[in-house]
Amino acid sequence: MKELWNLFIAFAKIGVMTFGGGAAMLPMLQREIMDKHHWATEEELMDYYAIGQCTPGIIAVNTATFIGQKRKGTWGGIFATLGIIFPSLVIIIILAGIITNVSDLTWVQNAFAGIRVCVVVQIFNAVVKLSKKSIVDKKTLIIFIVVFLCSVFTEISPVWFVLTAAAAGILLKQWEVRKA
Amino acid sequence: MIYLQLFWEYFKVGLFSVGGGMATIPFLYDLSTKTGWFTHAQLADMLAVSESTPGAIGVNMATYVGYTTAGFWGALIATIGLVTPSIIVILLVAKVLEQFRHNRFVEAGFYGLRPASTGLIAAAGVTVFMIALMNTDLYEKTKDIADLFRWKGCLLAVAVLVFSNWVKPTKKWHPIIFIGISAVIGVVFHFAGV
Repeated sequence: MKELWNLFIAFAKIGVMTFGGGAAMLPMLQREIMDKHHWATEEELMDYYAIGQCTPGIIAVNTATFIGQKRKGTWGGIFATLGIIFPSLVIIIILAGIITNVSDLTWVQNAFAGIRVCVVVQIFNAVVKLSKKSIVDKKTLIIFIVVFLCSVFTEISPVWFVLTAAAAGILLKQWEVRKA
Repeated sequence: MIYLQLFWEYFKVGLFSVGGGMATIPFLYDLSTKTGWFTHAQLADMLAVSESTPGAIGVNMATYVGYTTAGFWGALIATIGLVTPSIIVILLVAKVLEQFRHNRFVEAGFYGLRPASTGLIAAAGVTVFMIALMNTDLYEKTKDIADLFRWKGCLLAVAVLVFSNWVKPTKKWHPIIFIGISAVIGVVFHFAGV
């Protein structure tokens, strides 16, 4: 029980100290999981993180579940995950309550109009960064363009794009193997 | 039963979004269009708040969307819904770690999936672009092409783009700083037009 509690606390701390998730989480993981608790080596940590990136869901949550599971089985995974989401729940619920109450104020509306402009650029930057790892040849470029256009101009659910693209990836690779 | 629906919708977001926080955004725009629980503009605001507060963006977004849709319990249930597929998948994968990572089919699937995920995020970016930088209502009325864009916003967008990518000290700055500065500029120059 004490171990489970330790997992919860460690990941709640990582949750509080991480702004933005994903890559921003890595230094915090190294400090808490490697240096302080010695729950994993550097190589293990990188492996867990890599798995977290290529399994469905939020990277931070996946990595937490993985480390918790390695440490204390199924319950370890669950407690680590509860730990990482706990700070978000508390902070966002409080903030959301406040923002809902002030959202009619003129200056708040102006502030958010400015913030939205910034969000556009940040999404653009994220896309550029992701595209360096995801668009690696002509085929992946075509997948990117087709999904982008279909998503902008149709109301098809993203679920279908994800499933079709995964199937396309498998078919393309199979075809390459056969050709060679 | 809104709680059940919220859980199910978020379960799907957790299951199908691959690549972290930003990857959940296209699913949330789809959810907004489908259910009308919140508007596209609200979603852009929630994203900004989620980026500027501690915690993973995807988790913050889930809590915020859940709260906006159905209050405290909505926040809790949406977030639990988001992480449930992660827990299930990771607990299964953890047992066969090595085989999973180097499986030919898994690798090939992700080869196709990654550019699709990037395309979906780019498309969500277009939606935010239209809300933040275009004024289609005004254009409908006046039919003047000069009214189609919010010029103050466009100027700010170019400035943020340049400073966050190419100018030496500022490109290392954390996104929160840019969000803070943009908020101040929005207030000073009346970005909402009020």
